[in-house]
Amino acid sequence: MIGLGGLYVVAGLFFVAIAVLSARDATNPKRWKNTVFWGLFAVSFLFGSYLPDVLNGLVVLAMVLTAGVSGLGRGEPATSGPEERRASAARLGNKLFWPALAIPLTALTGTFLFKRPELAGLVDPKQATLVSLILGVFVALAIAMPMLHARPMVPMQEGRRLLDTVGWAAILPQMLAALGAVFAAGGVGTAIGKLASASLPAGSQLAAVAAYTIGMALFTMIMGNAFAAFPVMTAGIGLPLIVHRFGGNPAIMGAVGMLSGFCGTLMTPMAANFNIVPAALLELSDRHGVIKAQVPTALLLLLTNTVLMYVLVFRS
Amino acid sequence: MLSLIGIAVVVLGFMARMNPLLVVTAAALVTGLAGGMGPVEVVATFGKAFQENRYVSVVWVVLPVIGLLERAGLQERAKTLIGAIHAATAGRLLLLYFVFRQITAALGLTSLGGHAQMVRPLIAPMAEAAAESHHGPLPEEARQTVRAHAAAVDNIALFFGEDIFIAIASILLIKGFLAQNGILVEPLQLSVWAIPTAICALLIHGTQMMLFDRRLARMIAEGKR
Repeated sequence: MIGLGGLYVVAGLFFVAIAVLSARDATNPKRWKNTVFWGLFAVSFLFGSYLPDVLNGLVVLAMVLTAGVSGLGRGEPATSGPEERRASAARLGNKLFWPALAIPLTALTGTFLFKRPELAGLVDPKQATLVSLILGVFVALAIAMPMLHARPMVPMQEGRRLLDTVGWAAILPQMLAALGAVFAAGGVGTAIGKLASASLPAGSQLAAVAAYTIGMALFTMIMGNAFAAFPVMTAGIGLPLIVHRFGGNPAIMGAVGMLSGFCGTLMTPMAANFNIVPAALLELSDRHGVIKAQVPTALLLLLTNTVLMYVLVFRS
Repeated sequence: MLSLIGIAVVVLGFMARMNPLLVVTAAALVTGLAGGMGPVEVVATFGKAFQENRYVSVVWVVLPVIGLLERAGLQERAKTLIGAIHAATAGRLLLLYFVFRQITAALGLTSLGGHAQMVRPLIAPMAEAAAESHHGPLPEEARQTVRAHAAAVDNIALFFGEDIFIAIASILLIKGFLAQNGILVEPLQLSVWAIPTAICALLIHGTQMMLFDRRLARMIAEGKR
């Protein structure tokens, strides 16, 4: 059965290739740092499940020190110039879109197919989406490579070109997920919950609703993830005040409360995969450029959610 | 309360614009130590958590095929396609993608999007081309703004669309948490109440996208002066 284990081998081999190609790239002044960084990431993918926790921790620390002090370098693998690209685009026309669209289409089809009982033994149903996405990559390569007469190393070099533009930010989402787990183990959620219920606004329904929605957004900004904030804020403010004291509808509170948290997700660098990684992928000079584009909508929606919850939660 | 030191480290570190990898690692170590763990135990806890969250980084495997297609002129083709449609402006194109992304997410089709697979190779170049066909070659600041908004549309439409689908992770989390506290709700009851916010998100961000072309024109005019 294909599950996370299989995906980790694929990803591990990808990062091995990145490390080797980085080592051989003399255009990158920091090529050995890149080699060490991606090599260690490959080790984590290939052997992480078998290593003792302390060793896994040391691998992370080594990666952080390699990239965190004075950063990684950027290689310049040979790629096509603007003229070549225009000519190639004119020659191939809309055929170029097929491999690109094959990725989401395979991801979509696979997600549905692999959850069917007759195919359940093939792919771990819990990982159907991720497995299908990676399958989509192979389908896209199978279409694109013959179409472009590309040699096997070409996609790896192009992958390295893009990965180098993202740089160390590529592991930030995973680091933050790990930090969330350490926060949980260290009792951060409980402490925040106590703090929230100690400073509970007495009295009005509006104050309770506002404390809950704004609290969800703020705590989500700290944790980078509304899922981590929801249980803490709902146990600290939502249930005791909105539901138990004022008799609000728990379904409306939960639904709109979670969406208030999402407003926080739009405004924090801690939600790296949504905010920091795309800024790197799109080569923005401002690391917080995507967040800045989102803040007006996020604030207006937080206000909207507060009003919506106040109007709806006590009526039905 | 000592465990909250980690949060202070994160907030200060990000505000000082230090390298986020160092900030996150420092916050994890401090939180563990403040929570009474020994140094070895902290490193082990962090290593275990990092290892268990590897699935987050698997998505980078899409980069080789995206890079290969870029090398063959995918972005240029996307630009040509949009540049030929005169009615296409950056604001309208991003609004169209917003609606598409929100509706598909509401149907549970959240994989029809994403920054590496859709925004960088297709949506951002298309929005840039639409802007260029109306405003001429874009100054760097305007180009960056268009790109940032392409990423923002993908996020906002996803966040405020997906909760309408009853089997999405956040709906199941809400249901599970309420059930632990003795309150039983059906996923449908929850997802229905995601609809008002979804409509407001469309109205609020849609309005901004309708005004986006004018904002871009102003930004370009100010840049020339």
